[in-house]
Amino acid sequence: MASAGAPTAPEKLRMTQSAHSRPGRPRENSVNSEEAATKFRVRRLAAWFGSQQVLHGLDLDISKQRVTAIIGPSGCGKSTFIRCLNRMHELVPSARVGGEVRLDDEDIYGPGVDPVLLRRRVGMVFQKPNPFPSMSIRDNVLAGLRLTHQLARAHANEINEKALRSAALWDEVKDRLDEPGAGLSGGQQQRLCIARALAVEPDVLLMDEPCSALDPIATARIEDLIHTLRERYTIVIVTHNMQQAARVSDRTAFLLTGELVEYAPTDRIFTAPSDKRTEDYITGKFG
Amino acid sequence: MSPTPLKAHTDRQYDAQLDDLRARLLDMARRVEEMIANSVRALVNRDAALARRTIEDDHQVNRCEVEADELCLLILAKRQPMASDLRFLTLALKMVTDLERIGDLAVNICERAIDLSHVPEVKPWEEIPGMAAIVRAMVREAIDAFISRDVVKAQQVIDWDDEVDAQYRHVVLDLINVMVNDRSTVESGVMIQSVVKWLERMADHTTNIAEQVIFMVRGKDIRHLGKLPNQV
Repeated sequence: MASAGAPTAPEKLRMTQSAHSRPGRPRENSVNSEEAATKFRVRRLAAWFGSQQVLHGLDLDISKQRVTAIIGPSGCGKSTFIRCLNRMHELVPSARVGGEVRLDDEDIYGPGVDPVLLRRRVGMVFQKPNPFPSMSIRDNVLAGLRLTHQLARAHANEINEKALRSAALWDEVKDRLDEPGAGLSGGQQQRLCIARALAVEPDVLLMDEPCSALDPIATARIEDLIHTLRERYTIVIVTHNMQQAARVSDRTAFLLTGELVEYAPTDRIFTAPSDKRTEDYITGKFG
Repeated sequence: MSPTPLKAHTDRQYDAQLDDLRARLLDMARRVEEMIANSVRALVNRDAALARRTIEDDHQVNRCEVEADELCLLILAKRQPMASDLRFLTLALKMVTDLERIGDLAVNICERAIDLSHVPEVKPWEEIPGMAAIVRAMVREAIDAFISRDVVKAQQVIDWDDEVDAQYRHVVLDLINVMVNDRSTVESGVMIQSVVKWLERMADHTTNIAEQVIFMVRGKDIRHLGKLPNQV
């Protein structure tokens, strides 16, 4: 495969074109079904920064409309892993990817895949809330969409409200949509970033330690939001907080020095993990 | 399965708290084991004074229960234990309840010992000290299994419960025969029947502890194996 080169002509991922025009599209699986369909199929995934290999042949399936937590010590490759899921890893000079990542059975590193369109389907929320400081709340929400679409005012308002409601922020900001996003609290800014990611109607939300800069109340709001978003989106969350992984996720993957040590239902991982290394890590006996 | 040595936590204060909890459980188990021995000794020797002293000892066991519970809650709140630590904590919470209950049953035996010391002896019940010896050994071994994380020892405790059940049935049948043949023995006979029932209940509580030890070590729940609906 799949080294991360410049995309050629958009192929199947072009199907996601006006993503926001697909509201209410039927989902194949209800959130209550026992067996969820596979959203990402990852095989032999390897990643490098220059000559340094940081991921070593990861194999795992990520379920649709489920929350998957990625845990592991600093430097184990958690963030690199999720950045391989929307081809952000390749944005770093000298970064390379090997192996296979299939999204809805389509190779995201295949020829003709447009990484920009891919990133609209696979949105990302970062550790530190990063709203555009000079933009209003409304413009922040619509920023991603405006990169590729001319929006009529009424349509823009509709998308804006829907995204802010989905991010559980609407009631707090509906009377000050034209004020700068930077004026919000840290927790509100993070939900604004989630609203920005949701405005383009992605299938998947990648969250890279989304609560590490937030206080416990703001963290609880985000976790509550994750629980709600799980009904419509596939969520992959990187977290250093074991309790958070235990609270919010359905399955947990433990990475260590770029290898997948254990991947199992979260209830199992945090009560009776199979691998001694997982046990030592989550009980604080590491190193 | 050979016992697995415990690896130290990076945070040594956490290890110190877990060690403190282990020590408290050991102390509580030691007191309970002594109460079993003394309650049966008071019964057999018709020693009401020993029975009363043993009843007093139960206050210490109750204090141990409250303190161990408090420490468990503190560790749960401050450390949010995971995996084997979590299983250890849940075991500790259940174990103190079982130990406290065994202490209460020893008090019951003491109360019967006091009552029986005032009435003529029906006959020497040689099986009762033997039963009590097995129950004491079960408590001791269950705690040893807990400390050393030894599932073989824990399984042995579970197996001994069958022996206690067999002795219980034997003594009860014997009692029924005595009471049928001599109606004047009924009052004492019923009291003796209670005593052996309580010893049998002590063995059941100890079996609970041993089953929890196996869960703590292996992460596999063996309780009611094959008897629950939908159980694999």
